[in-house]
Amino acid sequence: MTVTDELQPDIDSINRPFWEGLAEGKLLFQACGCGHRWLPARAFCPACLKATWTWQAAIGRGRIRSWVVYHHAYHPAFKDRLPYNVALVELEEGPRLLTNVLAPNDALRPDADVRLAIDIHRKVPLAVFELVEGQAT
Amino acid sequence: MRGRYVIAGLGHTAYGKLGLDTVTLNVQACAEALSDAGIDKGAVDALFVKTPTSNREILYGQKVAEGLGIQPRWGGAWDQGGAANITLIAWAMMAIESRQCEIALVSYADNPRSGSSAVYGRPRGNDALHGWFSTAAGYGMIQRRHMIEYGTPPEAFAAVAMAARRHGAANPKAQLRAEISLEDYLASPWVVEPLRRDDCCLVSDGAAAVVVMSAARARSLGIDHAVPILGIGEGQTSWELPARETLTSTEAVKAGRLAFEMAGLRPADVDVAQLYDCFTITPLMTLEDYGFCAKGEVAHFVADGRIEIGGELPINTSGGLLSETGMPGMQLILEAVRQVRGTANLQVQGASVGLVSNQGGTMHTHAAMLLGG
Repeated sequence: MTVTDELQPDIDSINRPFWEGLAEGKLLFQACGCGHRWLPARAFCPACLKATWTWQAAIGRGRIRSWVVYHHAYHPAFKDRLPYNVALVELEEGPRLLTNVLAPNDALRPDADVRLAIDIHRKVPLAVFELVEGQAT
Repeated sequence: MRGRYVIAGLGHTAYGKLGLDTVTLNVQACAEALSDAGIDKGAVDALFVKTPTSNREILYGQKVAEGLGIQPRWGGAWDQGGAANITLIAWAMMAIESRQCEIALVSYADNPRSGSSAVYGRPRGNDALHGWFSTAAGYGMIQRRHMIEYGTPPEAFAAVAMAARRHGAANPKAQLRAEISLEDYLASPWVVEPLRRDDCCLVSDGAAAVVVMSAARARSLGIDHAVPILGIGEGQTSWELPARETLTSTEAVKAGRLAFEMAGLRPADVDVAQLYDCFTITPLMTLEDYGFCAKGEVAHFVADGRIEIGGELPINTSGGLLSETGMPGMQLILEAVRQVRGTANLQVQGASVGLVSNQGGTMHTHAAMLLGG
């Protein structure tokens, strides 16, 4: 997995807490007083356009909504990982994100339960997930 | 506005790898469109162009106007992805309706084959750290969800690819002229699974243009092959994929409803359709969203050659983005005009109502247009 360390995120004043959270093993999302919760980071709530939001830590449970498997690397950093998956995961709290599921690609199932698995020892820790075991396939 | 405006002329360049800059390509297509309409460039007082997808330039509309040697009152470059062509025709209609101009050129050119096609494989923000690259991947994510929710089989996607390739094979101007079978489709290699290579459109150089004016003006100029615009509609979600509440319905719902309402028509009235086919999932969802069949039932709708020439609703009769050229949408408008004129290469006999869809981004934007004689 170290190959992806060649890519660096664009960190700015708005999304910095998200990346700092990952470094501490937490997946943070934004929750607004209006009830809306979202990712990725924004200065204003996309529902009510106010800035009355706080960062909250996800409990780390979610479901696979969809996924793709890359058979071609669009960047050299991913050549050694082919074929690799990118999944769209919906957190139990509501926000959805693009991520990777650390499992054989053919083990991924629609709406399968996943749990957060951040490797804080990576140069850039990422919010990735693993399959919750014991699910019917 | 139904029938008050017409497409009075059309033109296009060759398609493929052309080694020419996009202003030159636009000029070539516009000159042919003016010649087809039988009017002088001096009569043009509006020029609307879509920015080349592969290379954005400041004041691009003015560069094309300079290339054409015209001084339009209205004009410029618009970015809305592949939905822009129909949108620009709508802008032209509204500008003429409000007496801001009288005769508009709408044109598109790009040269990603001779230039750079990097735009199609580009990293998508910080999600690139997860390996999230390319245009294809987003469509693959949508296709997978459609398969999950409705059990859409590979045969449905194959039906779109096979129709486009069959129609393209018959088109002497098409870039890819090779029919495929279901077996060929199934053997086509994965690009971003569940997308196979045969699900993905071409990457092409080329340009295409149309002349828009009022029906009254076309009559007074004696243009006898002008094709009336019956309805036009738009829709935009603008959300990136993770933020969308659904992945299996698009803004085609909104755009289609507006276009059909304006035209006073229903899907059953359509004789031939040119549906944006950047990937095979796109026309399938567009058919559902326009109401040709219920959501989730498109696999049945496209079975048994129904969308091929001779079928109940032939689509993409010149080959579409999958076979004629990868140009994002203007070639579909040209083919719809030819079908209603009765001059298409694979002519649908007696076609009087033609439908065109344009779509941009990862199904971010959608535009629908109905043409009729």
